[in-house]
Amino acid sequence: MNIDIKKEQDKAQELIKAQGFRVLVCSGTGCMANGSAEIIKKFAELGANVSTLSDYDKLTVVPTGCHGFCEQGVLVVLPDQHTTYVKVKLADVEEIFNSHIVGGKPVERLLYTDPKTNEHVQKNDDINFYAKQTRTALANCGKINAESLDEAISVGAYEALYNILNENNPDAVIQEVLDSGLKGRGGAGFPTGLKWKFTAANKGGKSYVVCNGDEGDPGAFMDRSVMEGDPHKLLEGMAIAAFSIGADEGYIYVRAEYPLAIKRLRKAIAAAEERHYLGKNIMGTDFSFTLHIKEGAGAFVCGEESALIASIEGERGMPRPKPPFPANKGLFGRPTLINNVETLANIPVIMRKGAKWFASMGTESAKGTKTFALTGEVNNTGLIEVPMGTTLREIIFDIGGGIRGGKKFKAVQIGGPSGGCLTEEHLDLPMDYESLAKAGAMVGSGGLVVMAEDTCMVEVARFFMNFTKNESCGKCVPCREGTKNMLKILEKIVKGKGELKDLEVLEDLANTVKDGSLCGLGKTAPNPVLSTLKYFKDEYIAHIVDKKCPAGVCTALKTIKIKEDLCKGCTKCARTCPVGAIEGEVKKVHTINQAKCIKCEACLKGCPFHAIVQE
Amino acid sequence: MTTQSPEKFDFGKVDKIMEECGADKSHLIAILQNVQKEFTYLPIDVMTYIGTKIEGLSPATVYGVATFYAQFSLEPKGKYQIKCCDGTACHVRGSMPVMNAIKAKLKFAEGKMRTEDGMFSLETVSCLGACGLAPVMVINEKVYPQMTSDAVKIVLDEIIAQEGGK
Ligand SMILES: Cc1cc2nc3c(=O)[nH]c(=O)nc-3n(C[C@H](O)[C@H](O)[C@H](O)COP(=O)(O)O)c2cc1C
Ligand code: SF4
Ligand code: SF4
Ligand code: SF4
Ligand code: FES
Ligand code: FES
Repeated sequence: MNIDIKKEQDKAQELIKAQGFRVLVCSGTGCMANGSAEIIKKFAELGANVSTLSDYDKLTVVPTGCHGFCEQGVLVVLPDQHTTYVKVKLADVEEIFNSHIVGGKPVERLLYTDPKTNEHVQKNDDINFYAKQTRTALANCGKINAESLDEAISVGAYEALYNILNENNPDAVIQEVLDSGLKGRGGAGFPTGLKWKFTAANKGGKSYVVCNGDEGDPGAFMDRSVMEGDPHKLLEGMAIAAFSIGADEGYIYVRAEYPLAIKRLRKAIAAAEERHYLGKNIMGTDFSFTLHIKEGAGAFVCGEESALIASIEGERGMPRPKPPFPANKGLFGRPTLINNVETLANIPVIMRKGAKWFASMGTESAKGTKTFALTGEVNNTGLIEVPMGTTLREIIFDIGGGIRGGKKFKAVQIGGPSGGCLTEEHLDLPMDYESLAKAGAMVGSGGLVVMAEDTCMVEVARFFMNFTKNESCGKCVPCREGTKNMLKILEKIVKGKGELKDLEVLEDLANTVKDGSLCGLGKTAPNPVLSTLKYFKDEYIAHIVDKKCPAGVCTALKTIKIKEDLCKGCTKCARTCPVGAIEGEVKKVHTINQAKCIKCEACLKGCPFHAIVQE
Repeated sequence: MTTQSPEKFDFGKVDKIMEECGADKSHLIAILQNVQKEFTYLPIDVMTYIGTKIEGLSPATVYGVATFYAQFSLEPKGKYQIKCCDGTACHVRGSMPVMNAIKAKLKFAEGKMRTEDGMFSLETVSCLGACGLAPVMVINEKVYPQMTSDAVKIVLDEIIAQEGGK
């Protein structure tokens, strides 16, 4: 080997020390949208005047990947001062600089405010959102410059690969992954070590490693954060996988909606190749591994592994029957290992800290940590990573800080369009593959959408069915026609035109689609309907029998009315209504023509006398 | 299917894209992505051209691939391409009112998702990965977080003003 990783790490740490005062500014997709580029520029401008920095001879602004707390963005962290600032705007930069960086006095008003205690929290680890997290895959996201190989090396990148190449025993690596108990994080939860073993059994000719970065579950963004925030961890994981199964070429398939992830991965690959952590003769050994990036083109089904392979080959991304499994006959007909981004990002850490350490976290059947994208009606939305087996209550009420606006918790949808929803009674269930499956949901990719009392569960089921119907590739009839018909029924119900017998048809269809579909998309498409039918049948019945939407969401079942006793005849509403549905003369009571009203609620919000109500 | 357009396309540009991506069947998606970047959409003539030029492909295969993926458009897009997210996180936080506000503001002709002057086009996407900021909208490459029906009008008004106000 022609590289000594320890020396490289020392060099990289020296480089970081030489940066002086470090200011970390989040540059993930979310914070970029909130203006982190201007904030970075401003800090750099102010920091250029070094005479003001008493204890440091330099200030360096470090653009990092996503911290997971995008809603509180832009996040600015002063790591040596143990301070996290939230919701930072360009106009705040000068104050942070003068007061804290120069004057040593934190800016209270920019610290996170705990919604329970109403107190400011300065340290990152004390913020309720971070306090209960254990970060493995996301460990470095937000802590290092996502575009710097040196910063990655300073926190251990390529050390595991170095050790593995030094020991030169691929089977031992596979054994370690097996012992760790790691299961695939892409949805199916297949034991990773076993998959590697099966693929390695076909060693000899050409093999491939493919990383699934399609992340199709709408509402989930953990893979995006890893690719954007710590790309070298993924590249190292892929190189380790390639070495173990005897592959020399690999692909990362990234969805087209993630331009920043694509850019950062490209940069990372180029940097790693230049310094021989990837490419030909890695670190001077016989092992070579070339990586390509393939951009997806917007089809959810391409996340399914056989469809993904078809897509890389340039074809329509339609699932292929299995067997043959990719381990035997995958990309271009060769043995192929397909793993999800998060799965691969766990590998370098497992190899560095050991299978025992990894297996010490989690439950009997699910080891390690898992990332979840916590969204919907919670106070703290964002990306989190917790040990497997953490309960929903801890996630929603401790990390998530509870339901927004003091509303009541109603349900949580887990696993996206293939998953199901869980209710109050499941809040203390440990999150792992088995217990969730038993309750009719799944860990899936880790999307967690929290819903409050004012969410209509029938509308939620319609929403997911609309998604799967649109994304069905059309190859099998039960999936193509079944999702279409289920959607039709759900649309009928939310419009108040449903009949009780529709519910039976819906269940029948659900079972037909489940049993008769080729790939996971069709097999799981009925889950949101089945689980809402199971836990919220009363809401379906309210729509069908009482013609009411208990949550007040479904437009067709709402009536907008003017209260005669309150209306002063100011004419404002008549002028606001986009469809001219309101009639009345000045100073006389106005009325709404229900046949014309589209229930946009524009009049309701505008009435100065609160005379307009929704029933 | 779109009608053959009377425009003449610069096939030199298409040749260049095929050369850069590698004129091979397995690179078809990348080729189409770059063609769409160049022309904002996939003109029928260009698809036919690619289908006859690359070995192992036919115009029908190219067309089949193009219609399979949601990203590809067979109709020209606007100078400002609006992508409104209707992924789960955005949906539960009110992406529909945002979408309706865009439609009300831009007044697309029946069945069209592009304004007549070619300035704006609208599409829905399922998740842009910025779910923490739901509901999210993207215009060209710029991400607009936490949209409301009022905010959307302001954003569009600004663009319209920049373009000389129409
Ligand atoms: C419809 C469908 C969509 C899928 N989407 C994804 C995805 O976006 N990302 C992913 O990693 N796996 C996805 N999968 C699972 C993959 O088929 C495959 O199991 C996974 O990539 C294997 O990697 P793992 O073992 O590391 O989880 C999807 C499966 C189905 C049926
Ligand atoms: S189940 Fe649906 S998505 Fe999967 S192959 Fe069949 S039609 Fe296509
Ligand atoms: S805005 Fe209110 S008070 Fe005025 S006419 Fe309408 S309902 Fe009556
Ligand atoms: S809800 Fe909308 S459409 Fe109906 S009366 Fe009020 S403004 Fe008009
Ligand atoms: S993008 Fe900044 S916290 Fe997620
Ligand atoms: S659901 Fe809209 S950005 Fe993810």
